[in-house]
Amino acid sequence: MTTNHPVYTEHTDKEAGKLGMWIFLFTEMFLFGGLFLVYAVFRSLYSEDFHHAADELNTFIGTLNTVFLLTSSMTVAMSITAVQKKERSVALILVLTTLILASLFLVNKYYEWSHEFHYKIYPGSDVVRNMPRGELLFIGLYFMMTGLHALHVIIGMILLLICLVKIKTHQISDESHLLLDNAALYWHLVDLIWIFLFPLLYLIT
Amino acid sequence: MNETSPHITGYITYVIVLTFLLVMTFLSVAVTSYHLGSFTVALALIIASIKVTVVLNYFMHLKSESLFLKLCVSGVFLLFALVIIITFIDYLYR
Repeated sequence: MTTNHPVYTEHTDKEAGKLGMWIFLFTEMFLFGGLFLVYAVFRSLYSEDFHHAADELNTFIGTLNTVFLLTSSMTVAMSITAVQKKERSVALILVLTTLILASLFLVNKYYEWSHEFHYKIYPGSDVVRNMPRGELLFIGLYFMMTGLHALHVIIGMILLLICLVKIKTHQISDESHLLLDNAALYWHLVDLIWIFLFPLLYLIT
Repeated sequence: MNETSPHITGYITYVIVLTFLLVMTFLSVAVTSYHLGSFTVALALIIASIKVTVVLNYFMHLKSESLFLKLCVSGVFLLFALVIIITFIDYLYR
């Protein structure tokens, strides 16, 4: 309860804070869920075109990015353990590693997209407009889904960067690490979405 | 101090989980490189579902969360499955 007492007594409800984060994650799941639904419908309507268009994606880069994201998910989960065990420097290294892996993911994505832009494969280009309807839809969904996912990667990185600073300044400690918990949950969601995106976009050829 | 903190997962657990996830990833890449027709998609999705379950339970600690939260998460996935099924019933039988 808040009082007029000058002494600052921090009141955080861990359970409520975590539940709130989960409810937010549910809305995120449905945001991507809608796109997955559109994907599923068009895939069933234009399965030949989808196969053909997905053939042009580089499976190696997709797999590499999966490895980066899965590993980063592990390091961020480990950072919570480190904070709980009061191993501050280990926690800092782990969050930093997560950020580096996330950057590598984005660098990979950059090269992937620039390769496609080079061949004029992007929504609205002349090349894509002359493609069969199903391929056009695949390209559109591919850019929309990976783009929205990449945006989430960037948001997750900002959250983790804030956590990094707060671990350094002792604002995140073994007694209060809800922010890191929730940032990690967000990061795992980014990973969850990629786990479905990867086979659907890269492996269905 | 330790009894107040709910649950500390060891580093080793996470390494084992990651190894499992990576093996599953390479398995799905290997499986889909064989042309098994529509079976490929089903297999890739089954592997993805296993991976998601593992991430939810171990990385996101759902395993040690309350029953309420577990039911919520299951409910969300169930709802999404229903949305997909209903949409497809509409598309396939209109």
